[in-house]
Amino acid sequence: MKKTNIAILVLIAISIVVLISYTGDLTTYETISSAKQKEGKFVNLIAKLDKRQPVEYDAVKNPNYLVFTAVDSLGNSIKVVYHNNKPTDMEKSDRIVLKGKMQGDHFECKDILLKCPSKYKDDPNAAKSLPSPVNG
Amino acid sequence: MNYIGENLLAGQIGHFFALLFLVASLFSTVAYFKASRLQDLVERKIWLRLARIGFALETVGVLAMFFTLYYIISHHLFEYKYAWSHSDRSLQVEYLLSCFWEGQEGSFMLWSFWHCVLGWVLIWKSKDWEPGVMTVISFAQFCVATMVMGVYFFGIKVGSSPFTLTRNEITAPIFSMPNYLTLLKDGNGLNTLLQNYWMVIHPPILFLGFASTIVPFAYAFAGLMRKNHDWTKPAIPWAAFSAAVLGLGVMMGAAWAYESLSFGGYWAWDPVENASLVPWLTLVAGLHTNLVYKNSGYSLRPTYFFYIISFVLVLYSTFLTRSGILGDTSVHAFVDLDMNTQLVLFVLVFFLPAMYLYIRNYKSIPAVIKEENVYSREFWIFIGSLVLFLSGMVIISKTSVPVFNKLFGTHMSPPEDAEFAYNQIQVFVAIVIGLLTALTQYLKYKDTPKAFLGKKIWIPTLIAVLISVSISLFGNINFDKKGPGFLFAIHMAIFAAVYAVVGNIAYIWLGLKGKIKAAGASVAHIGFGLVLVGILISSSKKTVLSWNTTGVSPLRVNPKEKNGATGDPAENITLFKAVATDMGKFMVTYVSDTLNAKDRKRYFEIDFKAKDGSEGFKLYPDVIKQNKGGEGFSANPAAKHYWYKDIFVYITSFQENTQPDTSSFKKYQLSVHDTVFYSNGMIILNKVSKNPAELKTKYAEDETALFMDMTVVAKDGRRYTANPGVAIKGLTELRQIPDTVQSQSLVFLFNGAPDQGSDKFKIGIKESGAITDLITLKVYEFPMINILWIGVIIMVIGFIMSIIQRVKRTPGYLKPVS
Repeated sequence: MKKTNIAILVLIAISIVVLISYTGDLTTYETISSAKQKEGKFVNLIAKLDKRQPVEYDAVKNPNYLVFTAVDSLGNSIKVVYHNNKPTDMEKSDRIVLKGKMQGDHFECKDILLKCPSKYKDDPNAAKSLPSPVNG
Repeated sequence: MNYIGENLLAGQIGHFFALLFLVASLFSTVAYFKASRLQDLVERKIWLRLARIGFALETVGVLAMFFTLYYIISHHLFEYKYAWSHSDRSLQVEYLLSCFWEGQEGSFMLWSFWHCVLGWVLIWKSKDWEPGVMTVISFAQFCVATMVMGVYFFGIKVGSSPFTLTRNEITAPIFSMPNYLTLLKDGNGLNTLLQNYWMVIHPPILFLGFASTIVPFAYAFAGLMRKNHDWTKPAIPWAAFSAAVLGLGVMMGAAWAYESLSFGGYWAWDPVENASLVPWLTLVAGLHTNLVYKNSGYSLRPTYFFYIISFVLVLYSTFLTRSGILGDTSVHAFVDLDMNTQLVLFVLVFFLPAMYLYIRNYKSIPAVIKEENVYSREFWIFIGSLVLFLSGMVIISKTSVPVFNKLFGTHMSPPEDAEFAYNQIQVFVAIVIGLLTALTQYLKYKDTPKAFLGKKIWIPTLIAVLISVSISLFGNINFDKKGPGFLFAIHMAIFAAVYAVVGNIAYIWLGLKGKIKAAGASVAHIGFGLVLVGILISSSKKTVLSWNTTGVSPLRVNPKEKNGATGDPAENITLFKAVATDMGKFMVTYVSDTLNAKDRKRYFEIDFKAKDGSEGFKLYPDVIKQNKGGEGFSANPAAKHYWYKDIFVYITSFQENTQPDTSSFKKYQLSVHDTVFYSNGMIILNKVSKNPAELKTKYAEDETALFMDMTVVAKDGRRYTANPGVAIKGLTELRQIPDTVQSQSLVFLFNGAPDQGSDKFKIGIKESGAITDLITLKVYEFPMINILWIGVIIMVIGFIMSIIQRVKRTPGYLKPVS
């Protein structure tokens, strides 16, 4: 066999091994109840900000401490602790993806992805931003 | 109904030219195809002429569409949805063009514009390759034209037109009024993230890069159709051009991310970044194997494959960014316009025929039977190209996880540390590619005399070892977060990258005898090596300056959790207006903020003073209020540039004192367990303690501190704690440590210990609308980031040098075909 062919095979084999090991690092999307069963495991939580509960953030005291309550589509809710600044527009988001681990009574969040319909995309509720004929 | 005041003519003109674009590109495709199949010279000439007329008409169509849309946007014709949803009246003139690339339709038009430019250069230069190459380009134009059609074809929406009317696209009560335009005074505006000067220049360059990958593809495709492989010679400068522009476009995107996005860096392995990097990797692989074929006859088959796959990957990246499939993983993605099927077809319609022709003709593509010599340049260039290609495949596979999820219904999501998942692999690619870049130029094609190799190579090797060892020893490269193995790999990669730079500088003298004109490739390699050096040093030495030690909650000081979420650095620091705050080696003050009426940004003046008095400077990060229904703001970082590092700062939140703060502190005297009332509840003094351990971070070791422990009970039953205190140092120095309950707008001051004979502590309580102006910000230090940017510039210069040299070397290449 030619050396180039051997090199091709070896390098492709390495790439496949790399990709297979990557699938081991992949995490999963969970609901609050399924995440609770995997305490300590890094998961992605798809939830919403519970707007009835207070969002605790006081930059004067600690700009790296945010506590809020998240609620998922099944109606379960959980306290979330995030050691970073409060993302702007959090109240506006219609969906949040929380990356982190369940720890005891709360979800220890490492990263928050906000899904605001209007932030990077056109607003599906575009009509709302039109002036209404009544008050013009 | 007759609507008043609409300018319908502009849209009709736009629609007409869109149709012209579609029909002319189809016509031109057919005519070029016909010309490419005809042997008869006279007939061929007729079809060629027809095809060129078709291409001229489609160019007219594209340009006219462009101007029409520009007219609509610049004249604020909000009856058109594109203008209404992507612009507003307050937009500065320089950003009017940026509206084009905020929407899918406009960016497709930009793409087709570059196809036109490239097409005319090819008509001018490509001689007898014109029919074959232009068949592919005209067909691509036809495909892009369908993307901006916006018609329903048997109930399926084909494309999305930029000339649709707002009232036809959106249902709202105001459209029942004939004079609705008098109410529709302003548009939704351009996304604030795009209101940045990089966003004026980065998309056109990137799209030229994307569009130009079609040229090597078209040459390869035409070569397969004609079973003629002479195209490999004219394709080299095209591939070099494409690699230069695409590389520049990608790095301009990185510069934009660095300067205006607040993810704290220039590269985040974001799917959209990956999707444009990967075609660059495969294209560079193809360029190298193409050179090998030209000089040694080896590697023609991989050249075909790499050129085909590069363009297909560009189409695939179009699919990724425009189909909305990345919704959960990327910030870049365009809005989903329900064109997914069409976008998939766009990929397949090029991929399948090209792969079919490639596989069918594989055996007939000439290949050298004799094995490559291990001491030959062609062998190692091939290995390098293969590594580039496979590294691209690994990156794109990881990026495609959302696509797999969609196809197989799985729920996989990126790993805990997504960036590291890429870095830990690509650092080895950097080592291999760095070493090959350094050494391969010293090998000759066919075979290299070992004496020659030994004689030339030791000087650059020695220099590279010296430089990289001194970087390793004195550069404090101590990125140990990911273990010693990764740190070792970083040091190896730094050596390989330095070696690539030194080896190629030395080669200009040792190999080329100082002939700078012939040194295009070496210069490009030097630039590439510098890019690697810059990436490695700046990312492994990125440090957080705004490391926050105040207000550390007890939760955080858990040593067992060092690697968990709570062990992460607290990167935000709070600054009160006009109060100097301690931040590592700096004292930092938030001096003032101003709202600039022109660009609608709020600039914060942040004053940095080194504690040792060695330097002082001011930075002006800004925030811009979000539009399009967003309530927050987006932050634009600011950076202080040194030649060896950047100090990079951005605002993470700010609070403005909206009303003048008229309230003053009310003085109270309280014993322990006493209660006072405030407007929204009551406050209880629980106890006063000396040097409490849980508040240790608030006072120094040589200070004696007294803290009150108070509970605020709001009317709604929520409880908050407040701990105002005093710290005494020696006998005279007294420092107050106020505390706040933000949500109740309360500020507490420890005014004094009880007077003699009393047990009542003196307390100041202030209730105000807003407490004070404050901001939180993050500050990073990026060392050696300038090496990265300089490397990009040098690499592009190298590409341009080699393009000029090759074009000049081709006799008569600059003369137009008569």
